[in-house]
Amino acid sequence: MKTLLTSLALGAALAAGPVMADLTFPSLSYRTGPYAANGAQFADGYADYFALLNARDGGIGGERINMPECETGYDTEKGVECYEATKDEGDGALIYQPLSTGITYQLIPKLAADGIPMHTLGYGRTSVSNGDVFKWIFNYPATYWDGASVAIKYLMDENGGDLSGKKIALLYHNSAYGKEPIRTLTELSQMHGFEFLELAVDHPGQEQKSQWLQIRRERPDYVIMWGWGVMNQVAIQEAANTRYPMDQIIGSWWAGSEIDVLPSGAGADGYKALNFHAVGDDFALYHELEEHVWSQGLGAGGGEHAGSVLYNRGIYAAMIAAEAAKKAQEIHGVSAIDAAQMRDGLEQLEMTEEKMAELGLEGFGPTFSASCTNHGGSGRVAINQWNAGDQTWSVLTDYIQSDQELIARLVEEDSTAYAEENDIAPQCE
Amino acid sequence: MLYREAGDFKTSYRADSQTFPIRLDRWAYYAILAVAIFVVPFVIDDYWLNAIFLPLLIYAIAALGLNILTGYCGQVSLGTGGFMAVGAYSCYKLMTSFPDISIAIHIVISGLITAAVGMLFGLPSLRIKGFYLAVATLAAQFFLVWLFNRVPWFYNYSASGQISAPERTLLGVPITGAGTQAWATYLFCLAFVVASAWICRNLTRGSMGRKWMAIRDMDIAAEIIGVNPLRAKLSAFGVSSFFVGISGALFFAVYLGAVEVGAAFGIDKSFLILFMVIIGGLGSILGSFLGAAFMVLMPVLLKNVLVGGLGWPTDLAAHLEYMVTGGLIVFFLIAEPHGLAQLWRVTKEKLRLWPFPH
Repeated sequence: MKTLLTSLALGAALAAGPVMADLTFPSLSYRTGPYAANGAQFADGYADYFALLNARDGGIGGERINMPECETGYDTEKGVECYEATKDEGDGALIYQPLSTGITYQLIPKLAADGIPMHTLGYGRTSVSNGDVFKWIFNYPATYWDGASVAIKYLMDENGGDLSGKKIALLYHNSAYGKEPIRTLTELSQMHGFEFLELAVDHPGQEQKSQWLQIRRERPDYVIMWGWGVMNQVAIQEAANTRYPMDQIIGSWWAGSEIDVLPSGAGADGYKALNFHAVGDDFALYHELEEHVWSQGLGAGGGEHAGSVLYNRGIYAAMIAAEAAKKAQEIHGVSAIDAAQMRDGLEQLEMTEEKMAELGLEGFGPTFSASCTNHGGSGRVAINQWNAGDQTWSVLTDYIQSDQELIARLVEEDSTAYAEENDIAPQCE
Repeated sequence: MLYREAGDFKTSYRADSQTFPIRLDRWAYYAILAVAIFVVPFVIDDYWLNAIFLPLLIYAIAALGLNILTGYCGQVSLGTGGFMAVGAYSCYKLMTSFPDISIAIHIVISGLITAAVGMLFGLPSLRIKGFYLAVATLAAQFFLVWLFNRVPWFYNYSASGQISAPERTLLGVPITGAGTQAWATYLFCLAFVVASAWICRNLTRGSMGRKWMAIRDMDIAAEIIGVNPLRAKLSAFGVSSFFVGISGALFFAVYLGAVEVGAAFGIDKSFLILFMVIIGGLGSILGSFLGAAFMVLMPVLLKNVLVGGLGWPTDLAAHLEYMVTGGLIVFFLIAEPHGLAQLWRVTKEKLRLWPFPH
């Protein structure tokens, strides 16, 4: 039985044959399971951007892009399988973007050993922003701790610079992802004298009655929500049901897309969320996508989700990968780069207004420049607000700078602990 | 014709009561073992290791463990995921507290800790039976997951609540962490699987196993003929949890390297292992292996055929995977309610008579 199955599997794997392409960007996506609605939009954006580069420019620097997709279902075991299945594809995978904090934790040591870079765009382990310890991992332009810090800064501004005596609850997905901001928020609560309340929601997050009962009882002044997938929709619906004022909830950037708020209809009006890139489809790039990708029938979701927050984020992730690849080609003077050269490109990546405008994404994200020690970007985050009437997100603030001093200290603590545990010598001089 | 007992004479009690009384069975067993030890390590690569062999071997240990409890002793348990978590977290605490001690010893100790926890949660089995016991073990599942999420000491106060395995070696060869070689981790897990299966096999046909089976078949009758239900049930919980704990420790330390308790050891895992045991065959060592193989390999095979072979969209393939696997489970259970092991038993009976069935 076993041998039969395995030989069949081998036969199938061989029958598929290697896809000959020069630049391989695997997409570990999830279009099934409780996080599918969110994961699919991101994956579509990611795929469409590469499809555009292939159709319009013939790839990057003359090398075509191959994007093998592998379904993880947000499941760590399948994530490992996908990583092993795709890492040797073509000339070897150049970069991983798993869109899952759990899978990220798993891959961090593996990728360092295999010498493949990973970019976790605003997710994953926050302290990888210390490039001195985490040579292969990048998480610019902003980290969870930046997000938490910006949320509190915004609330400070709302309250005339004083949060003492206020009560702030964190409603979080009970996983590595949801727990990330706790340390920062605890520090901030001591610093600014607000009361901090932790409310965990277990995977997948469809059951939140008791948490919202507690919110009704404790009456926090603000609720910060670190949710993902179906948990967001349920939380916003519950908030609407319990008449908790929407403008006193701030979601993380993974709890701030259209599909999270649409099910609650008008009840979600005024809901706020963090974000580190622009919303909507008012960009030159979208015309190119229409011309070269969607109208040609090459779009991953047929352009169905175009302009949604998560679709844009997928585009953003792909854009950073493509720009880093260009940078790597420029540094090393070869077009067929390998994973180690790709890493150099990521490390020297600089995102400027001019560059984004040139790509047809004017003002799309914050500017930042990476370096050997800084893998975490500039840490600037904006607040968005949902308008249920015309079903759009409006940008409420400029990019707010997070509390760099505090975050640098926390990152230093956490990454040093990791370096000691795993015996890693600092890579930057 | 080839597969027969006739002419295979036993001249000692020892030979008569051996595990594989039929010569062909014995040869097949040694051949599989020889291939597993002397061939696979030389050809294995990272994909085969991480996608197929490690999950197969580790789930086989878990299924063996649950089979002792559910298949041999008749105590339904839905707490397997929780007990695996105990193994994983004990292993993590031991690895980080005593970095100089060999990882093999840590894994065995994790098994012993899990055995103690399992016996504690087995206590209610003395009063409650059947579905009610299933609910009690379900409580263990949720309590243990909650505990490991709630108490930061278990995850060494890390910011995210994740536990990650640092590099640990056995005889100088790294077994956990990122710098491992495929052959080393494979052989390490294989050694645990072979030892577990050997212990299980011999426990279940000794006096302890007979007591378990007596309890399973009719507990009052067993008590009347002198089986102590307290010792029989608790020993089943202990032995079962020991193996489940070992598999949890290997699952975390060797296979995944980093886990978070909710995602890795949730109720889904308990059901998965229960399905393995039911599909493989309750009360069968071979069944544990067949069940684990079925549940681990089927999705990988389907994925490779549909996405890799036919080039279908990944989401369509993933949905089909659920449907096909589910359909096959129903099919196998209708075709043979006693699991894959029973299918094999029936085949063996037919083979013995072949080609003269009358």
